Amino acid sequence: MSGLRILVPVKRVIDYAIKPRINKAQTGVETAGVKHSLNPFDELSIEEAVRLRERKGPIKVEDILALSAGGPKCPDVLRTAMAMGADRAFHIDVPDKGDGGPEPLTIAKMLQAVVKEQNVNLVLLGKQAIDGDQGQTGQMLAGLLGWPQATQASKVDIKDDAGTVEITHEVDGGVETLRAKLPMVITTDLRLNEPRYASLPNIMKAKKKPLEKKTLADLGVEDTRRLKTLKVTEPPPRKGGGKVEDVDGLVSKLKELGAL
Amino acid sequence: MSGARNITAALRRARVPRPSLAIRTVQFITPLTARTFSASSTRTSDSRQIKFTSDAYPNLKRNPNFAEISADDVAHFKELLGSPSAVIDGVTTDATDDIEPFNSDWMRKYRGHTRLVLKPKDAQEVSKVLKYCNERKLAVVPQGGNTGLVGGSVPVFDEIVINTSRMNQIRSFDAASGVLVADAGVILETADQYLAEREHLFPLDLGAKGSCHIGGNVSTNAGGLRLLRYGSLHGSVLGLEAVLPDGTIVDALSTLRKNNTGYDLKQLFIGSEGTIGLVTAVSIQCPPRPKAVNVAYFGLESFEQVQQAYLAAKGQLSEILSAFELMDGRSQKLVIESTGNKHPLEGEYPFYCLVETSGSNAEHDMAKLESFLESVMGDGIVADGVLAQDETQFQALWRWREGITESLSHLGGTYKYDVSIPLSDLYLLVEDCKALLTEKGLVGDDDSFPVRAVVGYGHMGDSNLHLNVAVRQYSKEVEKAIEPWVYEWIQKRQGSISAEHGLGVAKREFIGYSQNETMVKLMKQLKNLYDPNGIMNPYKYI
Repeated sequence: MSGLRILVPVKRVIDYAIKPRINKAQTGVETAGVKHSLNPFDELSIEEAVRLRERKGPIKVEDILALSAGGPKCPDVLRTAMAMGADRAFHIDVPDKGDGGPEPLTIAKMLQAVVKEQNVNLVLLGKQAIDGDQGQTGQMLAGLLGWPQATQASKVDIKDDAGTVEITHEVDGGVETLRAKLPMVITTDLRLNEPRYASLPNIMKAKKKPLEKKTLADLGVEDTRRLKTLKVTEPPPRKGGGKVEDVDGLVSKLKELGAL
Repeated sequence: MSGARNITAALRRARVPRPSLAIRTVQFITPLTARTFSASSTRTSDSRQIKFTSDAYPNLKRNPNFAEISADDVAHFKELLGSPSAVIDGVTTDATDDIEPFNSDWMRKYRGHTRLVLKPKDAQEVSKVLKYCNERKLAVVPQGGNTGLVGGSVPVFDEIVINTSRMNQIRSFDAASGVLVADAGVILETADQYLAEREHLFPLDLGAKGSCHIGGNVSTNAGGLRLLRYGSLHGSVLGLEAVLPDGTIVDALSTLRKNNTGYDLKQLFIGSEGTIGLVTAVSIQCPPRPKAVNVAYFGLESFEQVQQAYLAAKGQLSEILSAFELMDGRSQKLVIESTGNKHPLEGEYPFYCLVETSGSNAEHDMAKLESFLESVMGDGIVADGVLAQDETQFQALWRWREGITESLSHLGGTYKYDVSIPLSDLYLLVEDCKALLTEKGLVGDDDSFPVRAVVGYGHMGDSNLHLNVAVRQYSKEVEKAIEPWVYEWIQKRQGSISAEHGLGVAKREFIGYSQNETMVKLMKQLKNLYDPNGIMNPYKYI
């Protein structure tokens, strides 16, 4: 096999350290004025792609292409991806229609087109995006391409230059090790690695790396929806506990509740 | 979105393996009541006993004018305060374990002999308690979250601890003016979270925010991480309520920004460390919470370059600059040693800086920050650096600065000197101190040397350095080597021997290095005027 051409799709989502709030119309989550960053699972995929290059394994990494579909702020996360080590980026311009963005199948078709066009032989993608929590794109993509897939990877190991890959993923009560041949699709999970910080020199360099803008139409994909979100609501608020003054108060409260 | 929240929790667990967090929960975040519990359970199993302050400072003698607490006094307080949880009675009962956390400080450096802790719930109760104590000549120590670094909030002998933890109500907040009025015992972090929900910010932030009380912050005039941006408490505190030793309630709880009507007496309580009265409530001006916050972490080759970076930050980031912190290489190594976390930069540097910007427009701030970063990298001022890309990285980078104090405490004891020195000489103190202790053969890598390391870090933007001498055990030999050498060094440069930590017990003898005789005399006159019996926080600096 000549070289690894890795595609890493990434998504710009509400920062996971920030508490999301439902919008007033109850049609989705409030995104205006909320801090956004790279989907944490995608951060792992980028890191893994860069580590595959740095590890200097049996197959040389020829290209790491980061891709994101969405509105005009998407280049922010693509720059982050490139600062972490991606070589170039595609921004698929999908105007925000307030409907939560394209469905996983649309994204999978779009990725399929990019894989063909760019001659990609490994797709590393997060197992899910923390906004929609759908966790379907990787699997659909593998299905569309007819490629083997390994989901929720906690370790990725390229064994030889013929393209044999061993992937470890965590299952209930242990780990499972899978073997497959490139080309393939791998989705990433939390224990895979610890993503690096974007260093200042690399942030500067990332500004000069190529970022190409495309549309879904360029890739021959139509944004069709099969599902309609009817309503989004918050979980019922947790009822706060009562306070007692002292030990005696606690004891009598417990007795009152029949716990003692 | 519920799924996303769960993942968030899982992410935190999986991606940020920090033993420090667990420890922090015990030392900083847990409210005082819970901390009491955990602290007493660890204390009993700990072989290292904290030395009594009265033994460590043999020249301190109990003032014979003070009365001894009697069973009658305790009965009186119990009746006065009503609630059984308001009195921890070690006089008529054995309450050693319950009282211990109030008797000693978290650095395990100071320990008193008190047998009584009172927790009044409002100014009226404080007034009754103090009036009685004043009449009976019973000495008292006001205590908040007990996170002080100079032993100011713990008793030396049998002074009664008056703890503010039950005065914990937020009284009011006015969104238009940004003025918050709250009881003294409100925990800083609680106040800040309350303000966060209302899109405002408490104008003070410090490492111990999870357990320190705002009354204590005001009484000690705490400085903290963002003084550079939001100024000192002498400016942001608009008013306060305090109780004088004779029981007089000083109601100066003004919420006015401007009030030129005679002496500004509230200033006397700010930073006086509870020696003339006990602060029971505070009204404070709070700025709007910045919508966009960024943090960058730099590695630099010399202190010269640190100064250049600071000047560049001031010049180019100007109004959005909210913190400029300095950490030396050794301090960061100790954090690595203590937490096991991976350092954000690849290489090692003698100096590190943390630069934070806060503003209202993310794009504007980022544009400014990027041009600043480009210029300091391009000019070779900064050797390497990272920029936080998300909230988690933001928090993680701050921990490299905020976690130093805590990391040092896990590695043994620390002699702490919190000093103001002109910027150009700021780091020279650390180098000189290290040279001095090395020359005396006290510094080394194995256990035969008492000193582990001499480190420096601090609030570069405020010319405020924390010189810390990390020791394996506290010893008189090390102390004698450093003091009064360090104070003389600072005096020579017209610095302050205590920039933000106060004087307490630790620096009681050294006030003369930063205040002249006239100033000390004036302070004593004020003290005698308001506290003629001297019952308020005795044996400390005044």
